[in-house]
Amino acid sequence: MSSANAGKPRLKTSAMIASIASEGQRTVSAPFGHALVELASRRADIVGMTADLGKYTDLHIFAQAFPERFFQMGMAEQLLMGAAGGMAKEGFVPFATTYAVFASRRAYDFIHQVIAEENLNVKIACALPGLTTGYGPSHTATEDIAIFRGVPNLTIVDPCDALDIQQAVPAIAAHQGPVYMRLLRGRVPLVLDEYDYTFELGKAKLLRDGRDVLVISSGILTMRALEVADALQADSIDVAVLHCPTIKPLDQETIIREASRGGRLVVVAENHSAIGGLGEAVAGTLLRAGVAPSFRQIALPDAFLDAGALPTLHDRYGISADAIAESLKSWL
Amino acid sequence: MQDNPITSLKSAAYRIRRYALQMGAVQGQGYIGQALGMADILAVAYRHALNYRAADPKWEGRDRFLLSHGHYAIALYAALLEAGIVPEAELDSYGSDDSRLPMSGMATYTPGMEMSGGSLGQGLIIAVGMALGLRQKNNKAFVYNSMSDGELDEGSTWEAALSASHFGLGNIINLIDINNQQADGPSGKMLGFEPLADKWTAFGWFVQRVDGNDLPAVLQAFDAARKHPDPQPRAILFDTLMGKGVPFLERREKNHFISVDAAEWEQAIHFLDNDYFGDSANEQR
Repeated sequence: MSSANAGKPRLKTSAMIASIASEGQRTVSAPFGHALVELASRRADIVGMTADLGKYTDLHIFAQAFPERFFQMGMAEQLLMGAAGGMAKEGFVPFATTYAVFASRRAYDFIHQVIAEENLNVKIACALPGLTTGYGPSHTATEDIAIFRGVPNLTIVDPCDALDIQQAVPAIAAHQGPVYMRLLRGRVPLVLDEYDYTFELGKAKLLRDGRDVLVISSGILTMRALEVADALQADSIDVAVLHCPTIKPLDQETIIREASRGGRLVVVAENHSAIGGLGEAVAGTLLRAGVAPSFRQIALPDAFLDAGALPTLHDRYGISADAIAESLKSWL
Repeated sequence: MQDNPITSLKSAAYRIRRYALQMGAVQGQGYIGQALGMADILAVAYRHALNYRAADPKWEGRDRFLLSHGHYAIALYAALLEAGIVPEAELDSYGSDDSRLPMSGMATYTPGMEMSGGSLGQGLIIAVGMALGLRQKNNKAFVYNSMSDGELDEGSTWEAALSASHFGLGNIINLIDINNQQADGPSGKMLGFEPLADKWTAFGWFVQRVDGNDLPAVLQAFDAARKHPDPQPRAILFDTLMGKGVPFLERREKNHFISVDAAEWEQAIHFLDNDYFGDSANEQR
């Protein structure tokens, strides 16, 4: 236990499927499941497949609406991915769901060889991305993006909130080829409706502008960055937030353009290990383009993370709003 | 099939072996032992059992044939040449730069190749997905998966075995080549799999075990698998002899990758021709 927590109440370990919504935050229930049902009502080629995690990936909503298009593959992730590839070969567009740890670590070769090598139309949607469970390394997908970024043909999406997910589902289905999407399930925060924003596959979007810091972020760290940007106005720190939900292919043009704009500290914030994720992708992009701003990363450490309550862990590993605000202030 | 089906299957198996040896000679290497061992099975598959259109390898009504053991590509190319799906003019390109016939089978390269194999233990899993998809489309085609006994080591094979049975996928016919050789030695000694028929039966499959180099037995097994009335997946376990048809290769110390000297390729083809045509082979040809 770090001394920073001394005196605070000791929180209980979050349930595996704990909502990442903070108290009082607006939420939408099961946005993925409902978006998929909506999509499937228009497209007969959509099928749903899971490896014993239908309920915990919100695919049960789809299963109830389209039982004849739902395939329970059992707790067999290699089978899930390989069979999804087989389904795609027969012309279907399978949405295959499991946890991010199991897709990336257990079924990797099946995603690589069966799905990606033949550019098959499988959409892999995986819950518990990054540090969104307090169960420890068995369930904490800290390096899924690092694992998948090297796979040719594979598009990678890390949505921020319910709106992002609702819009990403039809967009990734319309894309020809395999997609890995990090999934937020259950009561999912709704944030982006307050901004002039629509999800576009492959596009980064500037959600707010600011003179001092440019935060480039994906996933729930965009939500945190927006919160921090609001909070830091009180300290007269002006924070821009560039939301980058498509990790691969990266919107290099927008990132280079924004990072080139006059003297701002560039901070990449992600719910992922500092190794191999959005931070290093952005760093490489900027360096290759000859753009070299002051650069920092907000990311999870290269470590097997502790088990515990999510708020405690997010503080401990520097991805809570408070911790991010402290980091930004210390870097300016 | 006119006249005696076995006679015409025998000549198909002969041509498949000959194509394989010709391709092996091009490269000077290849999984020729496996190709010779499996030729009879492939002859029955492509000259009797499978429904396909040579000019339209993606025809929706075709039976799907998955080559899970991608290193057997030389064997399947020989069968695809025999079937007329791959033109004979391409035979000489086997394993060369820019060829459609790479050493390990890939769907992205070769017409008639239904999957990119080589990472072993994936074919049967893909077969489950395709079979579910076909059923969903009300398409009556079969999915054949061809795999090696070494692939029995892979856990994914047994995930697929459970699943095919769970879903009652009577449209899957799994062909297992038991030549008892894998990279490090005899398959049974790497990770014992017997009693194999009992295992597949226990998993809920309709199972046959036959001599994979006995053409009438192979023919009968394919027919029985296709006509089996119950909604359960079908497995045919074929015991085969590596190098079958070329006596000096049959006798060669059994290795996963048989080494064949440069001069021996012609000799092997000569043996094959003599065996098929009799001593007058050279005059006839």
